Amino acid sequence: MANKKDEGYIKRISGPVVEAYLPTARLYDVARVGDLKILGEVIRIVGTTSIIQVYEDTSGLKPGEPVFSTGEPLSVELGPGILQNIYDGIQRPLETIEKESGGVFIKRGIEAPPLDRKKKWDFKATVKKGDKIKKGDIIGTVQETDLIEHRILSPYEGKVEAIKSGNFTVEEEVARISHEGKKYGVKMYQRWFVRKSRPVIEKFPPNIPLVTGQRVIDTFFPIAKGGTACIPGPFGSGKTVTQQSLAKYSDTQIVVYIGCGERGNEMTEVLKEFPELKDPNTGKPLMQRTVLIANTSNMPVAAREASVYTGVTIAEYFRDMGYDVALMADSTSRWAEAMREIGGRLEEMPGEEGYPAYLARRLAEFYERAGRVRCLCSEKEERYGSVTIIGAVSPPGGDISEPVSQNTLRVTKVFLALDASLAYRRHFPAINWLKSYTLYAESLEEWMGTNISTDFTKMVKDAMIMLQKEAELQEVVQLVGPDALPEKEQAILLVTKMLREDYLQQNAYSDLDARCSFKKQYMMLKSIMKFWDLTSSNLERGVQLKKIADIPSVKAIGRMKEIAKMEEFDKLQKEMDGNFEMLKQ
Amino acid sequence: MKEYKTITEISGPLVFVSDVSGVSYNEIVEVMLPDGERRKGQVLDVSEKIAVVQVFGPTAGISSGQTTVRFLGETMRLGLSSDMLGRAFTGLGEPRDKGPRIIPKEKVDINGLPINPYSRELPNEFIQTGISTIDGMNTLVRGQKLPIFSGAGLPHNQLAVQIARQAKVRGSGEKFAVVFAAVGITHEESSFFIRDFEKTGALENAVLFLNLADDPSVERIITPRLALTTAEYLAYEQGMHVLVLITDMTNYCEALREISSARQEVPGRRGYPGYMYTDLSTIYERAGRVRGSKGSVTQIPVLTMPGDDKTHPIADLTGYITEGQILLSRDLHRKNIYPPVDPLPSLSRLMNLGIGGTKTREDHKGASDQLYAAYANGRDLRSLSSVVGEEALSEVDRKYLKFADEFEKKFVMQGQYEDRTIERSLEISWDLMSILPEAELKRVKKEHIEKYMARTKRS
Repeated sequence: MANKKDEGYIKRISGPVVEAYLPTARLYDVARVGDLKILGEVIRIVGTTSIIQVYEDTSGLKPGEPVFSTGEPLSVELGPGILQNIYDGIQRPLETIEKESGGVFIKRGIEAPPLDRKKKWDFKATVKKGDKIKKGDIIGTVQETDLIEHRILSPYEGKVEAIKSGNFTVEEEVARISHEGKKYGVKMYQRWFVRKSRPVIEKFPPNIPLVTGQRVIDTFFPIAKGGTACIPGPFGSGKTVTQQSLAKYSDTQIVVYIGCGERGNEMTEVLKEFPELKDPNTGKPLMQRTVLIANTSNMPVAAREASVYTGVTIAEYFRDMGYDVALMADSTSRWAEAMREIGGRLEEMPGEEGYPAYLARRLAEFYERAGRVRCLCSEKEERYGSVTIIGAVSPPGGDISEPVSQNTLRVTKVFLALDASLAYRRHFPAINWLKSYTLYAESLEEWMGTNISTDFTKMVKDAMIMLQKEAELQEVVQLVGPDALPEKEQAILLVTKMLREDYLQQNAYSDLDARCSFKKQYMMLKSIMKFWDLTSSNLERGVQLKKIADIPSVKAIGRMKEIAKMEEFDKLQKEMDGNFEMLKQ
Repeated sequence: MKEYKTITEISGPLVFVSDVSGVSYNEIVEVMLPDGERRKGQVLDVSEKIAVVQVFGPTAGISSGQTTVRFLGETMRLGLSSDMLGRAFTGLGEPRDKGPRIIPKEKVDINGLPINPYSRELPNEFIQTGISTIDGMNTLVRGQKLPIFSGAGLPHNQLAVQIARQAKVRGSGEKFAVVFAAVGITHEESSFFIRDFEKTGALENAVLFLNLADDPSVERIITPRLALTTAEYLAYEQGMHVLVLITDMTNYCEALREISSARQEVPGRRGYPGYMYTDLSTIYERAGRVRGSKGSVTQIPVLTMPGDDKTHPIADLTGYITEGQILLSRDLHRKNIYPPVDPLPSLSRLMNLGIGGTKTREDHKGASDQLYAAYANGRDLRSLSSVVGEEALSEVDRKYLKFADEFEKKFVMQGQYEDRTIERSLEISWDLMSILPEAELKRVKKEHIEKYMARTKRS
């Protein structure tokens, strides 16, 4: 418990910001405020006065009520039991809160341990007595869910003095490690400060793609494992749907989903949907590999500020076990607004559009916690993991010239521009192919060449050139109508329509189409590009475009999305050859 | 109870009281003028010496010597009882009709508490509003918050009243109530609502909170919260399905800006405070369904977009919190089409949860997508044809033009008292789709074309 000297009292209350006399507090220490002992964090110190951002509603607090410092920065608990859980922004389990509150509303001052203290886990030791280990080495495993083996990492370096397998709670000691005459007891969980990134041995350049199963992303705007991407878009353009598709179908073992200042009903949808969705490889519920953090817009603003740090720290922890982790933050704009709101209460000198001057630094620091790394452990135990961060941005009015979008664009490498006008015509995912970009294309070229096909990158470039050409042609069509174009250009419009409708559009509600394998993407694109090659050579030979547009292959391409077996593509392409052969006569 | 006569500064709606002790944040105060008049207020900021009080009402007449400020020791609470049904209250919750005072069953903090996301139930029960553009293409479900984005002079009030009158969940005889919050609207507008509620007998199942244009603007901060506190009580304690209408949220945001500027806060976009998103969310997020309770709170806030600008902060922030929006269009209104709902920028995010086989009909999703795509195409072609002339368009394109015109006339347009069933709305859609060649109908399933299109043709 806190010493008497760590205590103080409230001097002033203004919204979520409390000033207190607290002479011993250190910056970023967690404090307990008022008679209700609600949680807060010291964010500024002036003389003996600490300025505390409080994670819960401050109504009813009075000057003079006690405050004490816990002497420790905001931290999360990392250990078995973290998966399948749903936490608020400061890692309080919402399920436990429901029980403690005795109702559907979140009452104030509730304390709940993030990890279940009573549940016993089957711990299997993987090191023996007498082994020498380093920080980050795996000392044992727990099969936390059917999908994920939770690897217990040693927080200490030294010699194993004792270790035992068996059923334990997270608080029981499972091992004892000695180092330079000191002895340490190791439990299955550890704590980590959320604002401090977890150490690694080395970060690697991004050269393996994150396979998302979304054609427009994988083919045209690939994201690298350990990379960063941002999804800006006005409301209603499908940010959340895109984020959720990525969470469901990307080839990572762990998903951390942060609902930061978003809608309550939306989080409920995720909560109801994920347990029902099956992992495509094992058939087990997706929830078994997911951690959800829900700090909806009406929950306290300071906890919203903390929620992204809580999420990224959990993601790093699983990365350190050697897993690939996808972190979805929806939405970082709400996080930035939380910073602005607290900055305003502190009467800080505002920067652009009222955001604090440190906005750019905070955003950069956050995205910098992504990466594909060699995990911290001894040399003999080589382990690699990655954290990929995909952040949604909600620019006011959809105008991305505002500070949050601009500062995000400077640090992220993939930009997926969502477009409301595509959403209106029910073109989903509503990612604009002319405005989006990726900076990973070059570093991923080698992987695509060896794992997909050597001609894939060229095909993608050709298709992109055609789509750009289409935009130019559409301007002309707006003036003179499509019939005034030469046949060759009309043919481009025919093929780009295929690219748009039969390739870029993907139906998230269709079982066969929601997730598209890289192999299938390649075959689909190849079929369309083959159609284009044959069309242009036949046009040169004098065949009319009208006749080409009527061949059965055009319809067959329209049904490619529903193809399940790869052999059918060979058949489709053979038939296409046949169709064009017929035109020659 | 503590009383002070130590007012040191009065600035707009704010009063600074010095040498206070034991005052709590958000506490309610009573300001007593020398002539005996009493006004209520709330503590906005409190330090060891000074409390900043926001007065609900005019600050005219308050002086630094003779005015007494009494701190009541509790936060703003509303006494609740099911007797409130059929009654009208002021924007501060005092009876406005001639009825007696309410004897409260319980008193509840009007700021409410956030609903635990874990305890929410997924909103998925279809509400039939009887309006084709909403039911067919932007379906409302129980527990949703779906605002009407309107402009000055557009018939949003008529639409809101029509929804309140016609909304029902089919095949359920459950208890239904309307909570209506008038925020800064004119007397004329508010009496339009009351008259309509009276005429259709809806008043006995309604609770009205009225803050009119000449009532103090600070009260507007309180009024929607009173309405939602009542709605939550009726829904989660009494098991009723509550529809909350709030009009006009633009006035609410103006009041928020007024107080923010009086407090000399750093302004955000267009002078609105930086915390407006959070503040609005504490209103809009009070909709939903929760585990263990039969009732639900569905919200239809109305806001008028200044200059019809959807990117104005009020509309923009609202759109980011609510689950879609119903957008009224001036163009359609000029064409004399009621309700002038423009389906293209309108959206219901929860639509897919509430439609389909057992809830509405199996062809609903496909038909809706097809109408969207075809109407969007038809509108594009309209602008093209105004440049190149209709003659230069292909035959198929001309059919799309016809489709767009017919769509506006038959599907969008309907009477103020016309209550269409979802089957009727879908029937009209199939009728409209038959204008287009079957090869163009890519969003609907083939078997649905056979089943429903043929049926429409036959009849």
